[in-house]
Amino acid sequence: MKKYSVFAIAREAMRGHKGWEEQWTSPEPKKEYDVIIVGAGGHGLATAYYLASEHGITNVAVLEKGWLGGGNTGRNTTIIRSNYLYDESAGIYDHALKLWDGLSQELNYNVMYSPRGVMMLAHNVHDVQVFKRHIHANRLNGIDNEWLIPEQAKEFCPPLNISRDARYPVMGAALQRRGGTARHDAVAWGYARGASARGVHIIQNCEVTGIKRAANGAVSGVETTRGFIGAKKVGVVAAGHSSVIMNMAGVRMPLESYPLQALVSEPIKPVVPCVVMSNTVHAYISQSDKGELVIGAGTDQYVSYSQTGGLHILQHTLDAICEMFPIFTRMKMLRSWGGIVDVTPDRSPILAKTPVKGLYVNCGWGTGGFKATPGSGNVFAHTIAKDDPHPINAPFTLERFRTGRLIDEAAAAAVAH
Amino acid sequence: MLLIRCPYCEEERPELEFRNAGEAHVVRSANIAGESDDDFEKFFFIRANPKGVIYERWRHIHGCARFFNAVRDTVTDKFVMTYKAGEPKPAKLPGAAK
Repeated sequence: MKKYSVFAIAREAMRGHKGWEEQWTSPEPKKEYDVIIVGAGGHGLATAYYLASEHGITNVAVLEKGWLGGGNTGRNTTIIRSNYLYDESAGIYDHALKLWDGLSQELNYNVMYSPRGVMMLAHNVHDVQVFKRHIHANRLNGIDNEWLIPEQAKEFCPPLNISRDARYPVMGAALQRRGGTARHDAVAWGYARGASARGVHIIQNCEVTGIKRAANGAVSGVETTRGFIGAKKVGVVAAGHSSVIMNMAGVRMPLESYPLQALVSEPIKPVVPCVVMSNTVHAYISQSDKGELVIGAGTDQYVSYSQTGGLHILQHTLDAICEMFPIFTRMKMLRSWGGIVDVTPDRSPILAKTPVKGLYVNCGWGTGGFKATPGSGNVFAHTIAKDDPHPINAPFTLERFRTGRLIDEAAAAAVAH
Repeated sequence: MLLIRCPYCEEERPELEFRNAGEAHVVRSANIAGESDDDFEKFFFIRANPKGVIYERWRHIHGCARFFNAVRDTVTDKFVMTYKAGEPKPAKLPGAAK
């Protein structure tokens, strides 16, 4: 792998940019690997990267039914934050946030992590109480989060409407300054490049159609559209399709898959300097470096794999955006799209071993998995390499739905799921 | 937006009049306190989440307000049929869906 640097740019400029190499290779699948990761999204590629870089396991294949980063990694609104209520959540999301800081340097790839601040608006007394509780809980966990009065919120994000006449007036806001955004595609590409350089095979257009198990019940490999590929360890990181893949091994999951939509506006000059989220009116917004407003909507109410979603969901979100930012009422929206998110009953992810030996699962990130990408891959790689969870993901078991030790961010979440 | 046929009102109405109420035919045990942890997990948390035909409950909340069941394809979001609550899971689907 040739290192990217200012000298590389200068060198290539001198010779007509003929020396740039492919960022990752596309090899033919081997007959057998030590580890197979199902799903080449951010989480899967990060897992492969850390398997290679931290655990020395390089005989790894990442199988992807479509193209790399083409699922939820390329469809989310790129928001990064770690201000979750419970200790377990704070642990895993802040582990990720610490890795975001420095990820561009580690990968030698600009993931454009921008800690521009994530501000969550409180619109009623309940919101105020919940957010203040979050702020205290976060501070006890060493996570920055602070309370802003409406005038301070307006100062932090000037286009915000804090008029008392608004239908849902802003009564204050919780601000995590270390939160922000990153370039979602670059995260997948950077991890893919780093993993590929260490010998990981990234195999696209290769759909897993079955999981093979040996006589003793342990995993022996996967059936794919490109033939059987053997492996003693298989990690399923398939987002909305995780329950479909796990069913192939006979493991039924506490998951339901819903469409989640987002949309972007025409590009305009910089106007939204941070990320603004509102749980109560259900909308979140930031501005990309290209100038588009990036707006996230809610999920549809029914299980679906259609990667679309109802128009009325977007309309509802835009109503909320126009309410919070009257300045945007005449903006034109350019594109909208949907992704399929896998949601657990307690709205916390599952990163764990499974009842099947050699089968590991990293799923259930629901509507907010992007922010956790580096941390998730890092501890999941540990779980696969050591056949034992990392202390950070140890609470995120599959068994918690039987034992009742839930991590109930569903009731505690700072944002709607 | 989906168009959903309410089997009580006997007409197709827009999705906005309805609430989805999750998977259908999940039977609550008569002796819920005596359930084993495994069975309770299956009843309470484990869901089929199929990519294909799903049996699900809907409620016509802004109409007749009654619960009913529906068969839908989760890839196309097309409804195969709807039927009244309490009726058994249809053995054969109309149009012989895949």
